[in-house]
Amino acid sequence: MDINTLIEVALITVKVILVSSILFALPIPLTWIERKVAGHIQLRLGPFRVGWHGILQPIADMIKLMFKEDIIPDKADKWLFKLAPIISLVPIFLTFATVPVGDKITVLGREITLYISDMNVGILYILAVAGIGVYGLIFGGWASNSKYALLGSMRSSAQMISYELALSFAAIGVVMVSNSLSLVDIVNSQKVSTWNICYQPLGFIIFIIAGLAEINRIPFDLSEDEGTLAAGYHVEYSSMRFSFFMLAEYVAMVLMSVLAVILFFGGWSGHAILPPIVWFLIKVSAFIYFFMWVRFTFPRYRYDQLMTIGWKILLPLSLVNILITGLFVI
Amino acid sequence: MANHEDIVTTKEITLSMGPQHPSAHGVLHLVLDMQGERILKASPDIGYLHRGTEKIAENLLYFQFVPYTDRLDYMCGMTNNLAYVQAVEKLLEIEMPERAKYIRVVAAEMSRIAGHLLSIGAWALDLGAMTVLLYAFREREMVLDLFEMLCGARMTFNYLRVGGVRRDVTPEFKEKCLEFVKLFPSRINDYEQLLTGNRIWLKRNKGVGVISAENAISLGLSGPNIRGSGVKWDIRKDEPYLVYDRIDFDIPTGENGDCFDRYMVRINEMRQSARIIEQALTQIPDGDCCADTPEIVPPKRKDIETNMESLIHHFKLISQGFKTPKGEVYSSIEAPKGELGVYIVSDGSEKPFRLKLRVPSFVNLQSVDTMCKNQYFADVIAIISSLDPVFGEVDK
Amino acid sequence: MELIFFYIFAIVALASAIAVISIRNPVHSAIFLMVCFLQVAALFVLLRSPFLAAVQIFVYVGAVMVLFLFAVLILDLGRERFGEYLHHQSPIAIIVVVGLIFVIGLGLARGKLDAPLGKYTEAELVKNIEVTGELLYTKYVFPFEVISLLLLVAMVGAIVLVMKERK
Repeated sequence: MDINTLIEVALITVKVILVSSILFALPIPLTWIERKVAGHIQLRLGPFRVGWHGILQPIADMIKLMFKEDIIPDKADKWLFKLAPIISLVPIFLTFATVPVGDKITVLGREITLYISDMNVGILYILAVAGIGVYGLIFGGWASNSKYALLGSMRSSAQMISYELALSFAAIGVVMVSNSLSLVDIVNSQKVSTWNICYQPLGFIIFIIAGLAEINRIPFDLSEDEGTLAAGYHVEYSSMRFSFFMLAEYVAMVLMSVLAVILFFGGWSGHAILPPIVWFLIKVSAFIYFFMWVRFTFPRYRYDQLMTIGWKILLPLSLVNILITGLFVI
Repeated sequence: MANHEDIVTTKEITLSMGPQHPSAHGVLHLVLDMQGERILKASPDIGYLHRGTEKIAENLLYFQFVPYTDRLDYMCGMTNNLAYVQAVEKLLEIEMPERAKYIRVVAAEMSRIAGHLLSIGAWALDLGAMTVLLYAFREREMVLDLFEMLCGARMTFNYLRVGGVRRDVTPEFKEKCLEFVKLFPSRINDYEQLLTGNRIWLKRNKGVGVISAENAISLGLSGPNIRGSGVKWDIRKDEPYLVYDRIDFDIPTGENGDCFDRYMVRINEMRQSARIIEQALTQIPDGDCCADTPEIVPPKRKDIETNMESLIHHFKLISQGFKTPKGEVYSSIEAPKGELGVYIVSDGSEKPFRLKLRVPSFVNLQSVDTMCKNQYFADVIAIISSLDPVFGEVDK
Repeated sequence: MELIFFYIFAIVALASAIAVISIRNPVHSAIFLMVCFLQVAALFVLLRSPFLAAVQIFVYVGAVMVLFLFAVLILDLGRERFGEYLHHQSPIAIIVVVGLIFVIGLGLARGKLDAPLGKYTEAELVKNIEVTGELLYTKYVFPFEVISLLLLVAMVGAIVLVMKERK
């Protein structure tokens, strides 16, 4: 092995460590922001006691979660019960292997790519791997041996099947316009022409609705549905295992925002006054805020209504979208 | 070989919803027989908050029971006060000064607003729209502040007394209250903006928990729940008490008897309540706020502090109470949840021989099975919220 | 290097495949089946076919297994009854499996299982999606359409079964 290969390997290792630690740390600012957003939408202040404007609240929560007793129900399938939070967490982290945050930068005469790997099946890989995360919900609910949790996992499995289809079909429209499955190529193709949102308005709407369902947020958070199922699939979880589910949920929200930005809003492309990565972060934050905004505005759907929307509205619409896109592309 | 149906069947499960459940509105325990997410049977199991209120009354002087009524429907204690003191007054056959009647109307309607606000807020929260609850609490807070100005308490008032009210209305209260009433309709528009036109809210509530007018009558529903089914039954209009016959207001009704109609009835009732308060406050005459019956109404605080006879009189009245004529009496009012009736049997002593409370939540709750049948699990939540039971009242 | 990875994936795939059929708990079986599918996807990556790997995960792990699990959760397939139900299929299954192994073995022995992509160069294989797509719509268009039709028939059949039950 020559020195260049070694540096390449070292670079990838550094990037992997960097990305994972950022993802692990992300929920800290995000929970604080979500609570602040919730607070201000709901005419209250949100957390205020720990640190300046409650900024240390997530740390306090983390410490509390770590020291909470880890309860495993007596009649639970213990092996699976312990495995489920990890199953829900790992795939969502894996997806970030191919998520680009920028193109290339040159440091010390060496080109460094701002992504771990540019797969030529990028978008397909992300959707496929993110789909595995639902097993954490299903197994967690089943292993808890509780009726509420079981109902939650049944709902999430049905929901996931119906919405992943619409989500991928909406993404196919973008793939057809950009002529590539690679996320970097998709962004670069939008640099040449305009953002995909101009060509794919219908696709974007389908994508964002299906995305909301995919990451289990209101109005589609039926698998946890506080009002009906108490907490759904994670009703029996406590301590760090519970926080793993939360972590996975937040990372999924970030992933969906990142995907929306890359697929429809030109990724890191933007006016030259700001560096590309800043543009990227601004756009992603806007989407994260959007998801929070929606959460604190809408009631949630009922299970059968969710299915109706998924199969009878979104899926046919996404097929129509593909058809229209196909006509234009050809 | 096992029968095909034996192996590939969906299980019918029995789910205990509550008494510890975020949407149980207190300590409702609902035993649900479900097939998948469909409800086959919903049977409420109550009594987790039973305190024997009716029995307690038998060992208390008439005026001592008023604080206990605060704890029945603790979301809107004023109307409970009113129902009880009105029954005792009917038994005693005393007439109250006009001013007291108007104050009672204001207090009762504010109570209705407070109760409906919580009902709609909690309903929205159960269906996932958390923000509406906080918005509703903003106005509920204003109402509670007004109550605090009126009687010094926010939840458990003990404000009405047999023969009148405990403290007179101050001009500041009147001013603040009118201010609130002016502001309130615009705030109701806020909730309506978040809910009434919201597709998801409509989908979750329209056609859910339908109960026909006949069924509603035969199940003994009352209040917004029966009016949602299109039955125009409101004791304030049909058997007017206090000064409701002198005040101009409408009775909102629904058509389909579903959750959405019950929601709309509550929203419109809040608007009407604001109208009633405004009229009552402008019409309110000067005068005393208690009946001039020294054997029942204790002397004024100022007199007790300066006058020996008043002090003795006060001491005697508080420690011995007052006797009521022998007989039976039933009196009911339109509480926020429905018909709140009080039935008193008196043996001529200073304590009731038997007291029976006809509480609306208890009666309303029995319709839960009729409404839930063949609905989805998530609809049960909407139905319970639309019935708006309060367990201080159901379990007594 | 590649060979080491191949053996790791292949052994895990085989082991989990055995676990699938030997474990009695249907949900545990489902997990091992999932692991098996993931290993196969990894093998596809080794074969320079990331597209097939992604599709393998997407379709089998992401969709088919979820449906399996949904059925398991909703139907409450008791362990004993489940075994009873499958009992009468085993002779047929054994015959089919033996036949399949024989055919594959024969093919391997005669060296007839060449990869159809053999004539493509390494550089062309990177553009895996285009190659696959082109082949599917030109050379293999007939089998492709037949399979689509088969799936359509299966779907219609499932719907008909449900409709019948509702009446």
